[in-house]
Amino acid sequence: MRVALFLGCTVPVRATNYEQAFRRVAAEFGTEVIDINDFSCCGFPAKAVDRMIPLVMAARNLALAEREGVEAVVTLCNACTETLTETNHVLRHDPEQQEKVAGHLANLGYRYDGSMTVRHAARFLYQEIGLDRIRTKVTQPLAGWRIAAYPGCHYTKPAEIYEGFDRPERPISLNLLVEATGAETLELEGTCCGGGTLGAKEETALKMARMTLDQMKERGADAVALICPFCDVMFEQNQKKIERQVGVEYGLPVLYYPQLLGLALGIPREELGFSINRIKMDRLWQKLDAQAMRG
Amino acid sequence: MPEPLIDDQLDPSFRVQISQEKGGEKITRCFACATCTLSCPVRAVDDSFNPRRIIHLALLGAKQEVLESGFVWLCSSCYLCSERCPQDVSVTELMCAIRNIAVREGRIPAAYIAQLELLDKHGRLYEIGDFENKKRTKMGLPRVEEKREEVARILELVGATRYYRKEPAP
Repeated sequence: MRVALFLGCTVPVRATNYEQAFRRVAAEFGTEVIDINDFSCCGFPAKAVDRMIPLVMAARNLALAEREGVEAVVTLCNACTETLTETNHVLRHDPEQQEKVAGHLANLGYRYDGSMTVRHAARFLYQEIGLDRIRTKVTQPLAGWRIAAYPGCHYTKPAEIYEGFDRPERPISLNLLVEATGAETLELEGTCCGGGTLGAKEETALKMARMTLDQMKERGADAVALICPFCDVMFEQNQKKIERQVGVEYGLPVLYYPQLLGLALGIPREELGFSINRIKMDRLWQKLDAQAMRG
Repeated sequence: MPEPLIDDQLDPSFRVQISQEKGGEKITRCFACATCTLSCPVRAVDDSFNPRRIIHLALLGAKQEVLESGFVWLCSSCYLCSERCPQDVSVTELMCAIRNIAVREGRIPAAYIAQLELLDKHGRLYEIGDFENKKRTKMGLPRVEEKREEVARILELVGATRYYRKEPAP
């Protein structure tokens, strides 16, 4: 399968571990990942200003992928996923908006027929690669790892635009993907990480993240596996700050799902971007090394 | 206790304005059950945010209060309320509709002005120059080039440059 990887804003600069691990894992399954250099921001940050901006920006990006003839656009960030998917949805269901967007695109020299499939990387692994193929390739099962699988809001919501994929409020696909690596998952009440509120009121956003971190810690997580760079900002990059504010210690390693999968596939950790992860993984490395020695 | 809002502070056309805005069409369906407020993860940690209250202030016509208070900017856009709303009001989209109105009426938060400037300058929220690309190359990742021209052109076409460029409104 030939797909275009949509990087968005945050991933190619601040979450290169996620990008590197996904590319490495996709190669393992024989997926041809191409890069389209004319891709820009998906448009999400400007929706609050004027919802026409993300519609046109997303449609331009999708038009580029259509022109390239790929089978799908694979996204790494939940906000990109939501914006590109929502744009497809609006263009297919709202003729008035569709006409306006088409006019702007024509002005830029583009045309978008609305045919492009958008898939979050996790959904891609779940649906296009499939749990069975993943399981057969696992050479280093992560037995005994207790993982808090955190899909994030826009992976499945708003449900209307995702046309029946997974359970909107408490998706299960990421848990199943984590379990395919041999790890265990925890039950979590899926509350928002707070990322969307960070710019408006940091104090509130950090409290939101803290609710979920508390839950993960209480339920005995060894690490968090997530699939969105905004969730990472809240749970990993702000973890120390929250610890200082409330006087607790989480010490909870946060990794992107493709990193976790990569380890289970036996890919060397140097090829999975772990130097970018901020929270010490020592305990997990000890587990992994002990498991490897036992063979 | 705050003073009650009385007639001359209310603008009955506000609900019409919202229901004519994309995303705000379904505001008048609300029957005030509070499912949105009770589901809201922002509300769970911050009493000052209350989606049901925003909806009813808007329906009442308390335009100034809704736009000036800045409450709508707290929504994290998690869509939980939208999934659960028994009247399918699409509360998250409604908050966005009110944000779009607020922006047009001159109340764009500084953070969004900064984001528009970045999009215009880099085509993305983060700069990718030689420094970033060197780090990418080291990790075996392909170079990424900034393609700002077309993004800046989109901002012009949509009429959004007036929010961050010092120029008269078109």
